[in-house]
Parts: sequence; structure tokens; C-alpha cells
Amino acid sequence: MKKEFKVIADLLPNNTRVLDVGCGDGALMDFLVKEKNIEVRGLELNQNNVQECIYKGLPVIQGNAESELYQFPKQSFDYVVLSQTLQAFYQPDKVLRELLRIGKSVIVSIPNFGYWKVRTSLLFFGKMPVTKTLPNTWFNTPNLHMCTIKDLFNYCEDQNITIKKVIGVNENKISLIKKNNLEVKNLFSKLGVFLIG
Amino acid sequence: MNKKTENINKITVTKPLKLDCGKTIKDFPLAYETYGKLNKNKDNAILVFHALTGDQFVAGTNPVTKKEGWWVSAVGPGKAIDTDKYFVICANVIGGCMGSWGPSELNKETNHPYGLDFPVITIKDIVRAQESLLDHLGIEKLLCATGGSMGGMQLLQFCATFPNKTFSAIPIACSVSHSAQNIALNELARQAIMADPVWDKGKYFLKNTQPKNGLSVARMVGHISYLSEQGMQEKFGRKLQEKADYEFSFNADFQVESYLRHQGSSFVERFDANSILYITRAMDYFDLTKQFKGGLTEAFKSQKTKFLVISFSSDWLYTTKENKDIVIALNASGADVSYSEIVTDKGHDSFLVNETEFLKTLKGFVDSMYEKFKR
Repeated sequence: MKKEFKVIADLLPNNTRVLDVGCGDGALMDFLVKEKNIEVRGLELNQNNVQECIYKGLPVIQGNAESELYQFPKQSFDYVVLSQTLQAFYQPDKVLRELLRIGKSVIVSIPNFGYWKVRTSLLFFGKMPVTKTLPNTWFNTPNLHMCTIKDLFNYCEDQNITIKKVIGVNENKISLIKKNNLEVKNLFSKLGVFLIG
Repeated sequence: MNKKTENINKITVTKPLKLDCGKTIKDFPLAYETYGKLNKNKDNAILVFHALTGDQFVAGTNPVTKKEGWWVSAVGPGKAIDTDKYFVICANVIGGCMGSWGPSELNKETNHPYGLDFPVITIKDIVRAQESLLDHLGIEKLLCATGGSMGGMQLLQFCATFPNKTFSAIPIACSVSHSAQNIALNELARQAIMADPVWDKGKYFLKNTQPKNGLSVARMVGHISYLSEQGMQEKFGRKLQEKADYEFSFNADFQVESYLRHQGSSFVERFDANSILYITRAMDYFDLTKQFKGGLTEAFKSQKTKFLVISFSSDWLYTTKENKDIVIALNASGADVSYSEIVTDKGHDSFLVNETEFLKTLKGFVDSMYEKFKR
């Protein structure tokens, strides 16, 4: 399992109820069920991924997170997880509010546009960055609203969303991000994992 | 019609059943069929609910009509619901005409078939009448229950009336209450039958006949609603039926006309007109939201059953939206629910034909449920 999922899994206590929004082929859900006795639900758009989840016996609802989160009652999950998808929505702020309505806590991970390689690509080469975490080119990227760890951090503060924990991920290294090291971590983290709500 | 059904499996339900209309019935016949073998642990039983014009002969060859079972695409040895592995059960609905208690069965009081003396029944009556069958077969808990269209409606009723009687459930292309459009289409079918003079207020059996013209039109209406606009266009377009040009008559010039006429005329050979009246009425009365005070959330409260709801993108009879309403209700009550919309142009009929993505999903779910349920 990829490092990011390990970080997310570590944030989730055993025996809780978790909704995985954009659950893909169910890799994270499968781990959570088997290792942490977590009651999972997934929401996924892609039909092949939905079938994969069903083959694994994982409960999954085919649907679009942008428009179909309304079907989940408020505070019906202990945690809602959204992995590296926030930036691909038309209205990420609206989706985020929906996640906070459904979950008592929310875990959101984002590819960090403030990562130094991303910055240098634009600064020195004048080109939209293509990296491991941002593998697409400008014309075919699903990402509409790229942001940095600092952006999301500030956004949560502006919106009075409680930031419970922020973790920066760079390959296999993880580090805690606080207000006092935000500038540095924003430069050296490929991914940011936010526990909010 | 009774003669043909003499040699099929039947139980007599002795337990009194109070119907929704107020009447109590007992000692009535319930016809059924099974496929595969119930294993030692009795953990491989799958109950199938049939749709409006279906019967208990799901797979193999129907011994009465000599045609293929109505769900051979999905059920049989090596199929999505593999009868080498699972024990599949299906009962003929009451109100039907394949051996279960229905309007064509003999009314002992009059020594004639019931006709319109048969009480108006509901989906709930239909489902409750089938409960004894599971006791008869010695099944405490089903691995899975499934059904499409009216079969799906029975399944939802089954889950609400007998919570946790099945480990998993697959409602396919159905709804929690019949929509105005569906009631309208059913009314069209009923009016076609009742407008046929042979129908004679349901007493046609006295002359040993059937209102064939009316019943055939009723079937045509149904068939149109089972296909999608696109599917129909692709299959038939404006193609002519074995002719080079228009005949300038009202014969079946177009292939689509010929197809509908064939569907209509072959249907009257196997189905009872009064049964159509009664079963469509049961469908129209179906409203799970009305049955429970707290609405659907209440209906599915405390469900441990694992659900998989399946809809088809081109189904305009039981739309994706209606199927999603089931998912929303299950979500609201905290049930374990999966949902998949199969993209296809085959319309409502998709669950009955070889729709690969659908069959793959069905198989994947049933097999994974068995892994969890087996003892």
C-alpha cells in the first residue's frame, strides 16, 4: 500500500465508520476492514473500479462526489476520507463543506503545488510542472483547482474549520506540519494530509 | 391452464394469511422450482423473485412452455449465479398462473376458476405467501435474495417485512413505489384486456377461451416499455418485414410491428389475462414509503443485510433516479449498501439479456458474499 494510505490509516482509530470518497479499486478500504475492523463505505465514479470493490466484497456506491454526496445523512460517519481529489472538483469548497457535514472528522489529502520542484518548474522553465504526484500535462490534467498546503491551511483557518493535524509526506518521510513550520514544510512536502472537522 | 401445471412442485400453505384487503386465506397452493443442491451447512441458498410475466422456471427449460427459463442468461451451471455452487429457489407469485393460487385456479365454492372472485392482492401479500416455502425447504437464512423489476419490488418488501432473513440482497431495476408513468402503463394493459369482448368481466374461462386480442395488446405495451428508444432504433429502425416496399395496408409492414405482434401472440399461449390484471394492480399499489410511518428509513431500519442496487442507464420504466432513491433510503438507515449503474442501451430488459457488465457485477457480488457468509 502506498505511503499516503499508511498515513491516512494511522489517523483512523479501530472500529470506526469511514466513508472513502473516490475510493478507487478499494485498496484503502480493504486494508481498513482487514487490519482495523473499520466499517467502510466507498463512493466511486469509475465502473471498473466499482466492480473491483464489489469483487472484494467492499460496499461501494457508484456516483459522482461533486453532485451526489447529498445522499449521505449528516454526521453519519466518524471519518470521511478524500484522497488527492479535492483539486479536481468544479467547486472544491462546496465539496469540502459536504464532507464536513457527513463526517465528524474529515481527512483530505492534496498534491502540494507549493513543493519546490513544482515551483522551480514554473520559475526556471516557465512550464506547467509534471511530477510523480502531478503526472498530467496542462491540457489533459483533471486538476482544476490546484492549491498548496499553505493555501488549504489558510482556507481552513478563514472558514473556522478546526485543523486537528496536518502531515507532510515526501516519499517515505512524514512530518508534522504546524503553523510555525508551515513555510518550510510547504516547500518540501509532496503531499499534505489534513485531519479537520 | 390447470392441467399443464399438474406435475410441478407445489406446497400447500396451511398457515392462515391475512391479506391486505382484509380477507384471510389458507390451504392455498404455492408452486416453486429449485436448481442446484442445498449444501450441508445450508448456507448457499439464493431466492429469486420473478417479474410480472415471469414464473418459477428461472433456468434450464420451462417444462410447461418448453422454452428456456426466463433468466437463463444469469442462472445455471457456470453462469453468474452458478447452480453448481448455489441452491436457487423461485416461487410462482400468488395471483400468477403457473400453479400458485391465482384467478385461474379452481374456486372450490363455485367449481369454476376464481376469475374476478379472486381477491385483489398486494406485493406484501405475494411476499408473505412465500415465507412458508423457506421453512418447507429448511432454510433459516438465505445467502442472497434477488429480483428485477417487480421481482426487485418483492425483494425490498421481503427485506422490510422479514429483516435479516437474507445475508445479502440485490434489487435490480426497481423502485420503492410505483410511479405515475408505471401505473399509467399498467392501466393501459388492463384496459386493453377489459376492452376485449371475450374478456366478459373475467368469465372467459366458462367458454374455455382467453381475451387474446386484448392480452396481446397488453403485452405489446409492456414490450415497448422494456426497450429503450435507442435500442429499438438500432434493432429495427425503419426496416420493413420481408418486403421491398410499403403494402399500403395495415398489415405489419415494419419489422418493429411484426416483432410486437409476435410477442403479443406468443404471450397469450402462456399467460392468463386475469393474472395480468391482478399482478399489475399489486404493482400499482406498491408503496413502501406508505407502509412505514417513518418512511423508507424506517422500512430498512436495523438491516444487517448487505445490499447491491443495480440500475440501467437506458431504463425509462424504473429509472436510475428511482433506484438511487432506494440507495439513499438505505444510506439514511445506515445499511450496508452498494450501487452500480450499468451503462447500456438495452433498456429495462437489460437484466434479462446477456449484458456482460451486469452479469460480471452480479457474479462478483454473489461470490464475495458467499465467501463472507459460508460457515
